Amino acid sequence: MSLMHKFLGAAAAVALSAGAALAEPALIFDLGGKFDKSFNEAAFGGATRWAEETGGTFREIELQSEAQREQALRRFAEAGANPIVMTGFAFGNVLSEVAPDYPDTKFAIIDMVVDQPNVRSVVFNEHEGSYLVGMMAAQASKSGTVGFIGGMDIPLIRKFACGYVQGVKAVNPDATVIQNMTGTTPAAWNDPVKGSELTKAQIAQGADVVYAAAGGTGVGVLQTAADENILSVGVDSNQNHLHSGKVLTSMMKRVDNAVYEAMTAGVDLETGFNVMGVANGGIDYAMDEHNASLVSADMKAKVDMAKDAIASGELAVHDYMSDNTCPVE
Amino acid sequence: MDKMPKWADIVLIPVISLLLAAFFSSLVILAIGESPVEAFKLMVDGALMRSAGWGYTLYYATNFMFTGLAVAVAFHARLFNIGGEGQAMIAGLGVALVCLYIPWPHWSLAILGASVGAALFGALWALIPAYLQARRGSHIVITTIMFNFIAAALLNYVLVELLRPVGAMDPASAKFPAGTHLPTFQDMFSTESSKMFRGAPANVTFFLALAACVFVWLLIWRTRLGYEIRAFGQSETAAKYAGISPVRITVIAMLISGALAGMMAVNTTMGESERLILNATEGAGFIGIAVALMGRNHPLGVCVAAILFGFLYQGGAELALWTNIPRELIVVIQALVILFTGALDNMVREPIEKLFIAMRRRNA
Repeated sequence: MSLMHKFLGAAAAVALSAGAALAEPALIFDLGGKFDKSFNEAAFGGATRWAEETGGTFREIELQSEAQREQALRRFAEAGANPIVMTGFAFGNVLSEVAPDYPDTKFAIIDMVVDQPNVRSVVFNEHEGSYLVGMMAAQASKSGTVGFIGGMDIPLIRKFACGYVQGVKAVNPDATVIQNMTGTTPAAWNDPVKGSELTKAQIAQGADVVYAAAGGTGVGVLQTAADENILSVGVDSNQNHLHSGKVLTSMMKRVDNAVYEAMTAGVDLETGFNVMGVANGGIDYAMDEHNASLVSADMKAKVDMAKDAIASGELAVHDYMSDNTCPVE
Repeated sequence: MDKMPKWADIVLIPVISLLLAAFFSSLVILAIGESPVEAFKLMVDGALMRSAGWGYTLYYATNFMFTGLAVAVAFHARLFNIGGEGQAMIAGLGVALVCLYIPWPHWSLAILGASVGAALFGALWALIPAYLQARRGSHIVITTIMFNFIAAALLNYVLVELLRPVGAMDPASAKFPAGTHLPTFQDMFSTESSKMFRGAPANVTFFLALAACVFVWLLIWRTRLGYEIRAFGQSETAAKYAGISPVRITVIAMLISGALAGMMAVNTTMGESERLILNATEGAGFIGIAVALMGRNHPLGVCVAAILFGFLYQGGAELALWTNIPRELIVVIQALVILFTGALDNMVREPIEKLFIAMRRRNA
């Protein structure tokens, strides 16, 4: 670590002598906002962990408008921030235009592939993790009906849903999965009230486990599930602690690790294509003291078996986005 | 004459409102432990002292000019068009279709085509609420708001199911072909030695917005139709008596309003993103209401107010970049300006009006 420190110091000195104002990394949050208790917050968590461990500082911005994507990228790059990490697929187009203008700056984009020599593209196999929590949900369900609440109706979220349904059906082929999307506009990422209403509607239809893949909207889903005494499944971050004993598990997408690694690598960031899946620990389901009483050894064994099968390539979970269809409903 | 002088109405009241907003914003910034002077300096530096900053300010201002004019035109007929957002969204679809499916040889032709597409789609989206208001008496405020949601849902469907390139994750259309790329300020004003407006999205559409201001002024104050719109707005019964058809004026005013709101799509969709994205309007349709209120529904006022709001947007971005002021508080600051210049207009107006009248009495 101390070697790393020295190196970072040296890099900063070089950058300073080159006239740049700062050589700290920058993190750009997508429109969902930093504290969504989910995707963006996971990224923030990774950056905070890096800052605490290294004593470094980082620049950050929460976007307010689409036009700011390019602005934030350029302003940070011009100010000498390196690397610049951004969360969300929506940066893809802008980054592929901006990156060539700053060949000395390294960029890391999460959830999207941008083919540029100075960009690291990190994508996650969310369908694999959703499959695992789907298995978990089906085993925990007594009614044989489970729910899925998505955020905005886009292919990425259908990918979550499709993996989830496959996992449910793998355990119980007769299970019913009720699927709802919160909305069709970006506001759907941050609408806990609507999330709560959808949860109530799904409970009325018999669902007793609900999986929320909806960013900030999921907070409302988990809250209502806890209030109505059914189980819920969190997403992106480990959300088990939000309602201890009421959240069955969380589908963890280790965005924090991706951000942490990018910032640790600093200006040496390895560029290229980087898939985070079950196999390399980028995707997992959460087990901790908050849900230990909800998951029996038997349930866990079954899910872990599938996890190993996915990791070894024996079990292939269908990826909705590969052909825009889902084999199961 | 129980009226205050015109300069007070046009200049003094907005300035006092702004100062009040600035005062309360300072309190907000102080409350979270940042320095208001520093923050204001950052905003001015970032938005007005760099050419790229102006590029962003004018880019936002272009949107607000179009939507502000849209609200203003409808308001002259006493129609409250809250649907600028939806009209601009659907107009974006018009722009995208024109840009994607017609092979344009040069941007100058493409912008004409795209403007027609935007105006047509925007106007059509305003037509249904207009018809419902004119014929059925369904209140235009309610219907236009509802149409915003329908527009968002429709656009989402079209983007996700129809226009999205196969395999793409982003709910957005394909990139427009090169022939439709509008020259940005950077292309227009940069010289070999100095790069101006680097990376800023302001583009040639800004001049289209200025032209629209002139057009609206001519329309409202120099044409028969404008006279009819104003007459109808002042008194429907009198207009009817004079042989002006309320149905006709309602529909025409809303069509023009919708077309103007739609024109902002040329700026965002064709000028900035160069593809159709879901969230291209970002509330500009609603900001247009504040812009029109502040600009007293006069094109010149709308133009100035739009630049002010452009400054607030760009300045807000600078605050977000370089300070720890969270974006929610930046929205609060922007909202305070809207509150004081728009909603609380009478709070400033009435005392000042009384003051002027009192002064006049004393002089008389």
